[in-house]
Amino acid sequence: MARRDLVARIVLYAVLLAALVVVVGPFLWMLVSSFKTEGEIRSAPTGWPSHWTFTNYRDLFSRLNFPQYFANSAIVALLVTAGNLLFCSLIGYALAKLNFPGRKALFLTVLGMLMVPGMVTFVPQFVLISNMGLANSYAGLVLPFLAGPFGVFLMRQFLLAIPDDLIEAARVDGAGEWRIFWRIVLPLCRPALATLGILTFLASWNNFLWPLVVATTDDKYTLPVALALYSIGQNRIYFGLLLAGAVVVVLPVLIVFLVLQKHFLRGIATTGLK
Amino acid sequence: MPRWRRALTGWSFAAPFTVLFLVFALLPVVASLVMSVTDLRATDLRHPLAVNFVGLGNYTRLFEDALFRRAAVNTLVFVVIGVPLTIVLAMAAANGLNSGLIRFRALFRVGFYLPVVTSIVAIAVVWRFLLDPDAGIVNSLLGAVGIDGPAWLQDSRTSLGSIIAMAAWRNFGSLMVIFLAALQSIPVDLYEAATLDGAGRWQQLRRITLPLMRPALLFGAVITGIGYLQLFEEPLVMTQGGPLSSTLSMSYHIYNQFGFGNYGYAAAASYVLFVAIVALSALQFRLLGARDGTS
Repeated sequence: MARRDLVARIVLYAVLLAALVVVVGPFLWMLVSSFKTEGEIRSAPTGWPSHWTFTNYRDLFSRLNFPQYFANSAIVALLVTAGNLLFCSLIGYALAKLNFPGRKALFLTVLGMLMVPGMVTFVPQFVLISNMGLANSYAGLVLPFLAGPFGVFLMRQFLLAIPDDLIEAARVDGAGEWRIFWRIVLPLCRPALATLGILTFLASWNNFLWPLVVATTDDKYTLPVALALYSIGQNRIYFGLLLAGAVVVVLPVLIVFLVLQKHFLRGIATTGLK
Repeated sequence: MPRWRRALTGWSFAAPFTVLFLVFALLPVVASLVMSVTDLRATDLRHPLAVNFVGLGNYTRLFEDALFRRAAVNTLVFVVIGVPLTIVLAMAAANGLNSGLIRFRALFRVGFYLPVVTSIVAIAVVWRFLLDPDAGIVNSLLGAVGIDGPAWLQDSRTSLGSIIAMAAWRNFGSLMVIFLAALQSIPVDLYEAATLDGAGRWQQLRRITLPLMRPALLFGAVITGIGYLQLFEEPLVMTQGGPLSSTLSMSYHIYNQFGFGNYGYAAAASYVLFVAIVALSALQFRLLGARDGTS
């Protein structure tokens, strides 16, 4: 029996390690190769660089407009995240703890939106933003994402688990609903807010289709848009630059993920959505 | 509290979200439906009331459109192969990590989850190079064992398969996390009792794990199905829908029609996709959720 367990363990490790190489390998390759010269990436794509060079990164930030793209991605992601945290916790509190006419219908409508494919809203949203004169502006990049149904779902589920007694006690003491929300409910929501904040920031940082269509000039491109245009558009750039660009897109998310993975994985496991 | 007072408080909390939601989500859903029965084009936007009502014309045209049919078939193939593949990979990874035989579980979990949090554009930069027919690492590895690898993304026989494999590679980590949580909620006594009764690993998987995982599996199948039916970004950044439309998906076709300015037509196609999503979800509930009726 012990022997069979040992064999099973070795086989399992071998399979899982092989899988880990297949999944993580491309990322390591991307990181290592971004420090190679263009010639070496082509001639010797595997292995360590013969000498490490920062040329790709230097060119990215001095010859191309990457500082601007980075700033755009950060501005848009921060605004979208702040908006979702505020609006979703407000309505989440109403849906979970306040009894008002229309509550159930409101919740079901928001929930139903989770099933609607992005393409259904895509064209009208574009028409709307264009007609509001917001094409190629930060407002146009941010507005359609400020109120996501996923955040409502997450905040409501979390708030349902907070005991009513706490809120009742505050009401008996004469606190108004707004005071209760800011002073009692919101501080209790910190774990849920952390999860929602990270997931929203990540989704916004990686968002691709909308900024691709709405941002039409170089000064409004986000990182994924710029990277896509440089890799499949008309102004293709050297591969080494693309790899360095990909690292710049991935690295902030990767750091956030590694530092805060608990919040991530808990959010996924409890709501099942990313 | 009087009813009007409760209504006022509740709706004042709900209002900021609801206003944005009405304008940027609900209004577009309705507008899309209205657009789908008109011949609205990009050039009509200045005079939106001048467009013509065409009834179900856009919908009948869609099904006569060979490119749309091609896109629908491609999407179907992607879903029918991709969803089970992703679920099997996620189940295998979750069971492997949950078996109690493995240390460094957190390391594996984070590693497998990595592609989920990564921008598809960055992934495409790497994978297009790895799959390059001449310089790519995949084909040089295959060459080392004597296999002449195909031009994965440039050959219409392997392009869709490559996209499916890449999507499964990218997404199984998120299902794995859900399945791990479900596995950990199964009481250990059940397995102990089964072992005492002489049930092997395989039997335990079939008789205990899978039945108890049914809700999580259903959930995973539904959200993966909803996501995969909307396949778009992978072919956009990997193959631009080619070669010979072999990786053109429904969403990609809609995007192209939008680009050509055929807004009414694109809206009709998006509603067909919507109906397909609702139908697939209902089907999965029937197939996977039937026995206990709860999930």
